[in-house]
Amino acid sequence: MTHQYPALTAEQKKELSDIALRIVAPGKGILAADESVGHMAKRLNQIGVENTEENRRLYRQILFSADSRVKKCIGGVIFFHETMYQKADDGTPFVQMIKDKGIVVGIKVDKGVVPLAGTDGETTTQGLDGLSERCAQYKKDGADFAKWRCVLKISENTPSALAIMENANVLARYASICQQNGIVPIVEPEILPDGDHDLKRCQYVTEKVLAAVYKALSDHHVYLEGTLLKPNMVTPGHSCPTKYSPEEIAMATVTALRRTVPPAVPGVTFLSGGQSEEEASINLNAINTCPLVRPWALTFSYGRALQASALSAWRGQPDNAIAATEEFVKRAEVNGLAALGKYEGSGDDSGAAGQSLYVANHAY
Amino acid sequence: MTHQFPALTSEQKKALSDIAQQIVASGKGILAADESVGTMGNRLQRINVENTEENRRAFREILFTSDASINQSIGGVILFHETLYQKDSTGKPFTTLIKEKGIVVGIKLDKGTAPLAGTNGESTIQGLDGLAERCAQYKKDGVDFGKWRAVLKITSTTPSQLAIEENARALARYASICQQHGLVPIVEPEILPDGDHDLQRCQYVTEKVLAAVYKALNDHHVYLEGTLLKPNMVMAGHSCPKKYTPQDVAVATVTTLLRTVPAAVPGICFLSGGQSEEEASVNLNAMNQLPVAKPWKLTFSYGRALQASALAAWVGKSENKKAAQEAFRKRAQINSLACRGQYVTSGKTDAAATQSLFTASYTY
Repeated sequence: MTHQYPALTAEQKKELSDIALRIVAPGKGILAADESVGHMAKRLNQIGVENTEENRRLYRQILFSADSRVKKCIGGVIFFHETMYQKADDGTPFVQMIKDKGIVVGIKVDKGVVPLAGTDGETTTQGLDGLSERCAQYKKDGADFAKWRCVLKISENTPSALAIMENANVLARYASICQQNGIVPIVEPEILPDGDHDLKRCQYVTEKVLAAVYKALSDHHVYLEGTLLKPNMVTPGHSCPTKYSPEEIAMATVTALRRTVPPAVPGVTFLSGGQSEEEASINLNAINTCPLVRPWALTFSYGRALQASALSAWRGQPDNAIAATEEFVKRAEVNGLAALGKYEGSGDDSGAAGQSLYVANHAY
Repeated sequence: MTHQFPALTSEQKKALSDIAQQIVASGKGILAADESVGTMGNRLQRINVENTEENRRAFREILFTSDASINQSIGGVILFHETLYQKDSTGKPFTTLIKEKGIVVGIKLDKGTAPLAGTNGESTIQGLDGLAERCAQYKKDGVDFGKWRAVLKITSTTPSQLAIEENARALARYASICQQHGLVPIVEPEILPDGDHDLQRCQYVTEKVLAAVYKALNDHHVYLEGTLLKPNMVMAGHSCPKKYTPQDVAVATVTTLLRTVPAAVPGICFLSGGQSEEEASVNLNAMNQLPVAKPWKLTFSYGRALQASALAAWVGKSENKKAAQEAFRKRAQINSLACRGQYVTSGKTDAAATQSLFTASYTY
C-alpha cells in the first residue's frame, strides 16, 4: 500500500467520468435490455411467442424504435452480446440506432453464476477469462459501458462472509479490467428479494455487502468517478408479512447508501428485481424525495419494469409493434420523472403527499 | 454477516447523532486542548514557562474563561484527563465553564503508541483495556465525545498493510465501545507530514487508509451518523521540494474524502499537523470554497493552530490574560469563517501565526 502505480492516465479518467455522467444525467436512467437467450425464453413464453433469434430481434427493434422522447429519459441501454450485432429491418445496426439518439451503449459481460462449494447454495459469477480482450472488442464495436451481475441471497445462514467477499472481489476485478479498456463498469451486487425477512434485515445485509464492495474496489485501484452502482432497493422479502410504504423503503435504501457508497460515485441505478412497473417507479420517486442529503444521482436500470407493458402489448404481432413501442416510451418517461422526484403516480394518490409521509427523525 | 444484533437502540442513536451535529454545527469546530503532560511540556518550553500542573491549569483557564461568544466558533473542546478535573481560580470546574457556553466536552481516550514488531518503525495505539468503564465514568463526569489518535507514516516502505489494518481495527473497537456509553467517537487516523513525498503520494496513501478505516467501522457495526472523522489534510511531506497552493491541497483533500468517506458521517474536523495557524485556516477555507457538493461539514479540530498566538501572548504572565484570550478568539473566529469559505486573508499576518509549528515525527 505504499506506492501508487497509476492504473489510469488523467485522460482515461476523464473519458470514463464523462461517460458515467452522460448515462446518469438528470432525469435519465438505463434500459436493461440485456436478457440472455434463456432469460428471453421466459419473457417470450409468458406472451406465447417462440424464442427464436428473429423474435428476439423483432422485440428489441420495438424498444429501439422509440422516438426522440426517450432522449431525455434514457441515458444508456444495456445489450446482450447477440443484440449488439443485430440490425433493424432497414439494415441499421441496433448500436447505431441507439447512439443516434445520443444514448450510450452498454454490454453485459458476465457469464452467469457458478456455485460456491461448501456454502448453502451460494454463488459467485464467472466471466473474467479473456475479459480484457472482449472489452477491447466491444469498445471498438460501440460499447462505452458494461454490466456484471453478482447474486446474493438472504436466508438463515446467508449471505456468508465468503459469498460477500468473493463476489465483491470478482466485481472489483471486472471493474478494473473494464476501465483499462475505456469502459465504465456498472457494478451490480444484487441481493435477491426472495424470502420472508423484513426491511431491517435487508438493510443490514445491504450495508454489509456494499461496504465489502467498496473496500474491494479501493483495493483494486478502481476509479470510482468512472463507475456506476446497480444495487437492489432495500425492500422486505417477497414473503414478508409486514407491508411497508414507499417512504419506508426509500429511507431504508437511502440510509444504506449514505453509509456505504462514497460520494465520488456519480450515480446509483437501481435494479427493479421483480417489482411491478408502477411499484418500481413509485419507489424510485420516493427515493428522490427523501429528505436526506443524497450526493449521487439516484435513477433506474430497469429490465422488466420498463418492458412488461410493451411485451404484453406486442404479443408477437407485427400490427401491435407501434402500440408496444408507445408503452415502452410511457414507462421510460414515468421513470425519468421519478428520477427527478416529480412522478405524481398513476392512481389517485398524488406524489406531492409523499414527502409528508416521511417519519421525522426515524432512526434506521 | 447474516443477522443483525443491533448495537444501539433508536434512542441511543439519536443521542449520538444529536451530539455530533451540535459539535459541527454551522461555522463551528473543535479546540483540541488535550495535550498530554509531555506534549504540554514542549509547548510551554517554547515560551520559557515551566511545565507544572499549575501552569498547565493556568493556560487552560485562559482558554476556557473566554467570553461566551466563543461558542459561535467552537462547538467542542477535547480535554486531557488531568484537565477534566481541574477548576478555575474561583473554584469552578472547567467542564462547567465549557458546558455553560453550550460547548460539548470531549476527552482524549487513547494511551499512546505501541510498536508493531517486524515493521519499519510503525505503531499501533493502546488504550482498549477497561475502555468501557472509563467511558462510562467520563460520561458521568460531563463528557459527550472521545478522541483516539492512530499514527501512520509515509516512507518508501510504509504504511504497511499491517499498520493500516491494525490501526483501522483499533479505531473501530474504540469507536464501538464509545458509542455503547453514549460518547461520540472522533476517529483520527493521522498520516504524519514527515518526509519528502509529493501531494499525489499523500493522496494515494490517505485514500487507502480511509477506505480501510470505513471498512473496519462497518465490520464493527459502528453507527456512522454518530461519529466524526479527524483526518490529516492531503499535503506534500514537509521536506518535499515542490510547493503546492491551498487550492491544490483543497482539491486533493476533498477528492480523497469524496472517494472514501460515506455521506452519513456528519462532519470532518481536520487536524492541523504542524501547519502554522494561518496555513491551517487558509487551507480549510480553500476546501470550503471548492465548488463541489460535499455531504459532510468540513471544519477544524486544531491544537497548535488555535493556540500558538495565545501561548506567545501569555508567556506565563497573568497580566497577559486578556491579550492571550484575544489572540485565541481571533484564531477561533478566523477558522469559523474558514468553515464557511468566507475567510478573506489580510495582507499581513503576525509572526506567531505563520511560524511553522512542525516538530519532526510529532507524537503525543
